Amino acid sequence: MTKRLRLALLAATVLAPASTALAQDTTLTIESWRNDDLTIWQEKLIPAFEAAHPGIKVKFTPSAPTEYNAVLNSKLEAGTAGDLITCRPFDASLSLYEKGYLAPVQDLEGMKNFGDVAKSGWSTDDGSATFCVPMASVIHGFIYNADAFAELGVEPPATVDAFFALLDKIKEDGTYVPMAMGTNDQWEAATMGYQNIGPTYWKGEEGRLALIKGEQKLTDEPWVEPFRQLARWKDYLGDGYEAQTYPDSQNLFTLGRAAIYPAGSWEISVFNEQADFKMGAFPPPVAAAGDECYISDHVDIAMGMNAKGKNQEAAKTFLNWVGSAEFASLYANALPGFFSLSDHDVKMEDPLAQEFVSWRGKCKSTIRSTYQILSRGTPNLENETWNASANVVKGTETPEAAAARLQEGLAGWYEPQK
Amino acid sequence: MAAEQPKRPAIRWHIAVFLAPAVLVYTAVMILPLFNTLKLSLYTDVANSQVFIGLDNFRLLFGDPRWAGQFWNALGNNVWFFVIHMLVQNPIGILLAALLSNPRLRMRAFYRTAIFIPTILSFVIAGFAWKLILSPLWGVAPNLLDLVGLKSLFQPWLGKEAYALTTLALISVWQFVGIPMMLIYAALLSIPDELLEAAECDGVTGMAQFWKIKLPLVLPAIGIISILTFVGNFNAFDLIYSTQGALAGPDFSTDILGTFLYRTFFGFQLQLGDPNLGAAIATAMFAIILIGVSIYLFGIQRRLRRYQF
Repeated sequence: MTKRLRLALLAATVLAPASTALAQDTTLTIESWRNDDLTIWQEKLIPAFEAAHPGIKVKFTPSAPTEYNAVLNSKLEAGTAGDLITCRPFDASLSLYEKGYLAPVQDLEGMKNFGDVAKSGWSTDDGSATFCVPMASVIHGFIYNADAFAELGVEPPATVDAFFALLDKIKEDGTYVPMAMGTNDQWEAATMGYQNIGPTYWKGEEGRLALIKGEQKLTDEPWVEPFRQLARWKDYLGDGYEAQTYPDSQNLFTLGRAAIYPAGSWEISVFNEQADFKMGAFPPPVAAAGDECYISDHVDIAMGMNAKGKNQEAAKTFLNWVGSAEFASLYANALPGFFSLSDHDVKMEDPLAQEFVSWRGKCKSTIRSTYQILSRGTPNLENETWNASANVVKGTETPEAAAARLQEGLAGWYEPQK
Repeated sequence: MAAEQPKRPAIRWHIAVFLAPAVLVYTAVMILPLFNTLKLSLYTDVANSQVFIGLDNFRLLFGDPRWAGQFWNALGNNVWFFVIHMLVQNPIGILLAALLSNPRLRMRAFYRTAIFIPTILSFVIAGFAWKLILSPLWGVAPNLLDLVGLKSLFQPWLGKEAYALTTLALISVWQFVGIPMMLIYAALLSIPDELLEAAECDGVTGMAQFWKIKLPLVLPAIGIISILTFVGNFNAFDLIYSTQGALAGPDFSTDILGTFLYRTFFGFQLQLGDPNLGAAIATAMFAIILIGVSIYLFGIQRRLRRYQF
């Protein structure tokens, strides 16, 4: 009796792992830099996918944004990267594709739902191959403290003159810091400043493409004027803005100490959580009333597939789902401020996100001027623009000198600009 | 009259056996990577394969006005970083050690520990703590200055080209002043009492005793500290990276060789990494440190007089 029991136990121990192995799920691992979104992936997106696709488990394993590119590159080289890879736009991902780390995805079912602009960030220069499924774009503008505006009796401005008149009034009143932005991290001045107000002057895509073709120069009026505007911002920033970091600016605004925050729409979810006042948003002001307005609607995030991953089929299933209407709606509502790039009609509930996305209807969209092709060489135009914008805001370099320096650097390696 | 056979010395295997572990480990983790880095700097990436290009990376680094400008800027900043350490950290370290070795001082262990503790903190913690202290928005520095009526002296130090590097160097001094203090303190304690008593009999006391007896005796320790400071400073990276980021703002005024190397090797934001050019910078750093250490070893250390007690 005991002997038989023992045998049975032994058999169970030996056979049990084998039987579980047969029924084992495929596990997909996602590489990402969005560690802020960890809970949203774990609580909303992954359960929704797993419910619809039994047999596939998904793990979201983000790393810090500033380290992501370096970490991902070394993981891919060592062959230990996850099956799904969150793609930065343009050259960082393009080089991964050229090295054979990212698989082409243009033939996936889910890719049908995206237009050319959406795919531009993750396609080869000739557009023949696409290697990531677009997830979201971010829109630039200004978020303001609506309670403060009501208290001061001011309205969001439409023109540049109204914008500075508004800043003057807030400054005069003295209760609020007019604008929350610092130059310590440099990219704030470039991304929230130059790339935010710039498209209005270089007329969005028209100027951006002319620059790539070499028909315009960075020293031309449309590219210098945004720097001149930026130079005027200095007087409206908080005390010691030179040492103010990006989190400092966010806190300054969400604590209700600043009235206006030059923003990207990705701030919305963070601000909704932290600010206890009403917020509104306005697009970058235009030079004269009635002028066409332009916004930066920048392709920001996509997802691709590790070409050497072990679970290719499951990864394809996941990417198709990323292209679906269900994902678009889930993602846009879980992360207000990250706007779907798909053609699906996505309903968003967040009023601030609705305000941002409504500008797509009345303004012309463009992407950040420095991202496509122009940051391929050395010196890197994007990084130089950070430095130049910060210098111009601080007044340590004149707008003209900064523009001349950028142009000289670009002409140094970019054939059409020589 | 048997002629003395010249005895062939036996091969002394034990020497090789005893050396082997250290040599093997050191070769695997230090020497091979070092030579690999040197090799990497002679290649470049063409269509995803490594191609030998001789010294072209160095020609680019020192010949191209932009790269050369950045390199010399980083080197200049690094020299200033080192100068501040030599002028502030080491004298303060010696002073603290002299005070600590005073037998009449009470709570000696407490001071010693308190001053040494920052040294074991992570760079990141020290960097962020000071960044917060000096923050013009939430920092205690403006309030403290306000208390003594010196608010007008406050500046956003980390954000101004003129002050940022010096401020960071002083933060680093604050963090590492414990190391020279400990080394000198140990050297001072090892001076035999007989010597000091003899000096006292000769009427050399107080300050004169420090300058004439103690200081010459701890000079070798000061030499070691200087060279440690030199190597540490020219390899520094963490503090600048954690407070100012890889772009070493404002306007590259805090860019030192370490951050310059990081930016080039790993890339930053849209700038893709260039491991080959990065290796060229690493090689240049290696050469600078090697030259510095050699000057010290051959020029200074051999002339230091040592005293046997």
